[in-house]
This record gives sequence, C-alpha cells and structure tokens, in this order.
Amino acid sequence: MLDKNGIAKRIAQEVQNGFYVNLGIGIPTLVANYVREDIEVEFQSENGVLGMGPFPFEGEEDADLINAGKQTITALPGASFFDSSMSFSMIRGKHIHLTILGAMEVAENGDIANWKIPGKMVKGMGGAMDLVASADNIIVAMMHTNKRGESKILKKCSLPLTGVGCVTKVVTNLAVLEVRNNAFHLLERAPGVSLEDIQKATEGTLVVNGEIPEMCI
Amino acid sequence: MINKTVNNVQEALEGVQNAMTLMLGGFGLSGIPENAISELVKLKVTDLTCISNNAGVDDFGLGLLLQQKQIKKMISSYVGENDEFERQMLSGELEVELTPQGTLAEKCRAAQAGFPAFYTPAGYGTEVAEGKETREFDGKMYVLEPAFKADFAFVKAWKGDAAGNLVFKGTARNFNPNMCGAATITVAEVEELVPVGALDPNNIHIPGVFIQRIFQGENYEKRIEQRTIRKRS
Repeated sequence: MLDKNGIAKRIAQEVQNGFYVNLGIGIPTLVANYVREDIEVEFQSENGVLGMGPFPFEGEEDADLINAGKQTITALPGASFFDSSMSFSMIRGKHIHLTILGAMEVAENGDIANWKIPGKMVKGMGGAMDLVASADNIIVAMMHTNKRGESKILKKCSLPLTGVGCVTKVVTNLAVLEVRNNAFHLLERAPGVSLEDIQKATEGTLVVNGEIPEMCI
Repeated sequence: MINKTVNNVQEALEGVQNAMTLMLGGFGLSGIPENAISELVKLKVTDLTCISNNAGVDDFGLGLLLQQKQIKKMISSYVGENDEFERQMLSGELEVELTPQGTLAEKCRAAQAGFPAFYTPAGYGTEVAEGKETREFDGKMYVLEPAFKADFAFVKAWKGDAAGNLVFKGTARNFNPNMCGAATITVAEVEELVPVGALDPNNIHIPGVFIQRIFQGENYEKRIEQRTIRKRS
C-alpha cells in the first residue's frame, strides 16, 4: 500500500518531457519532488506563474510570489507571471498538458467531486472546475477509501460534482486505474496489494484484463 | 497626457456609497488594495457586494470589512480562511456566490473588454450551471456566463504613473489587471507612483485608459498567508 508520497511518486512517472503541468493542493503538490531530473517540465500555478520553483530559503520569502495554495514559492529561470484571465486561457485553451488534483469521489464515467460536502462549510471550488472542464489529461490523486473504509471509487458520485466525464486516470494508495468506457480499468497494483484488496475497495465497475503487474516506484 | 492622479485615498474613494458593487483585486492576501480597504472600513459604507477571489483573513484584507458587517454579498471562488466569514455565512447574514476562478476572472475581463457574456466549459453539469443557458459547440457543452457589472474597481499595482499606466509584480498581478476598466470607476493604488516617462511603454501591463484615479499608496503591510520555506542544505 502506498502513502501520500508513494502516490505522488507514481504520478510523477506520468509527467513527460516538455509537459506544462498544473498541480492541485495536497498530494499533487508533492509530485514536483519526484519528477525525473533528466526531463524538462514547467509547473503552472493558476494564480499566475509558469515556471514555479521550490519554496524559498528562509529570509527570501516574498509576499508577491505565492502559489495557488497561498504558499510562498520561487520562480525558476525562464518563468513568467501573468494575470488570472491569461492563466485560465492557458488552462481552458488546453495549453497545459496535464492536470493533477485530489478528489473526494470519482465515478466510473469520469465524474469528479472534490469541492463541497453538503451540510459542511463550503470553501469554494477555486480553479478546480475550470481545470477539470478543460484539460484532456486529468490524473486524480486520492485514497481509495474514506476513513470508514467506504469506497471513493464509485459507480456514481454522491457529492456535488466538480466536473463531468473528465477524469482519465486515478492513482490511489492501492492501484492505478484508467477511466474509460464507463469503467475503471485496473492497470497496476500498489506494492503488497492483492487484486482482491482492490476489488473489495472499489464500488464502481472494475475491469481486470489478464495479469495485473505491481507498480514500479 | 491625461492626469489621473488624486492626492490621497480619501479623494480616490469619493462617491463610494452604500449598496454598491465593488471589485477588489488580489489572490489570497497577495496584491490586495490595502489602502482602499482601510478607507472603506473608515467610511463605514454597508450593504456592499464585493467581487474578489477570496475574502481575506479575520484581521486583514476583506476580513476587516466583514468584521464591521459591511458586506452583504461576496462573489468569490474560494473563501472561508476566516472565522467571521464562516459565522456570517452559516447564519445567513452574508450571501455568498461561489464562482469558478477562471470564470470569475473572465467575467471581469469581459466587462473590461465590452463582452456582455461568454461561454465557458467550467461548471457544466454542476450546480454552478443550474438555471444558466448551455450550448454545444463541436460536441462539447458550455455554460453562458454574463460579464460583471460594478460601480468601483479597486486594484493595486507595483508601479504606476500619473497617466494611469500600471506595472504589476510577481503573482500580486492576479485579478488586478482584469478588473481595470471593468467597473464604472477604476481606482489604482500603487507602491510607487513614478514620474511620467519613467515607465518603459514596452513594459506597461495596463494602459492608463482603463484607470480613472491613481494614487500613491502608504504603509503596505503585504502580509504572507502561508509562509513556506525550505532548509538550506
């Protein structure tokens, strides 16, 4: 079974040379730490920076340089700053190759819910609805089940949706799943996780074709 | 050169009244019009509708207006970094219209650019699209979103000149340029009001035509919301 860093590590393998990538808050942010060093990738933060670098050294924090999680960051050589409208032109216009974000629920038709739990304080969708409605390549980083052990990989989302039919891949603590033709296609198992474990934790339709390899991370 | 300079924040906010709709730049606490917000607090205007990506924290940014219950409605993409906001929202004192971030930016830009509305894929099939016109283009569904209408836009820039030309810094740019010219009156406050001619015309982010009033801001706190650092190795 993977921890959060393990999920991030596995997702980092999906990042290819030449990609512009948008990382959501939480596990997705960790992906930047595990991208191969021999490829060229630029990270976009939707508040208005392309070419985002690591956190600054102490004493070098700048209130005018933050990421979408409002954390202080740095900008790498070749970085650019832009306004919010242009930032979402990059996203809506499909100039960003890969979007990685977290989710509370994903359904077998590619629907995603990650912004609202009825009855609880609603903080808002931020840029998530724009991101999921626009990107062609959306990878979700999440835990396979909730704290009560109930599946978050569903036939149909029960929470208010963030976007419809948009998720292409899901990487959880248990498995890598491809989402197509109204089903979750099992691609890989997390280390030490059996097919049965995954089947038990998946409420949505799970397609298993042949021998399922264990992830290499 | 058409001079847009006003002497101080009091002059800059002349005409602001109860029940107006205001746009305020900034993302989190970065690039917020600190001087305009302080003056709104002093003016004690109420029943405001505020269009701003976030709602500040308890004791800074738009949180200061919330403390005095000056805001009737917030139009934002992400809120709730402050307790008073949550309390007012849950008690029904404060109306909140949550809008996807890219849609929020484009509703500002559409107002600036003279578009009455635009189609966006964001929010299609979700509660954000409820009651809104939808339309298919090339096999994909889109939601019609109208441009904002606002009385005042308050933006903050790094540098500006008397002509109203503006230059922003880092990610403090965010919504500020999109709100310029998106309201009846746009007020720009700058960290540094430079002499006309000092800004390179090649490097101006917002031309002065979008600005009605500009003033030299004072006492910027520029608070950091999430101070994250890495260790020197």
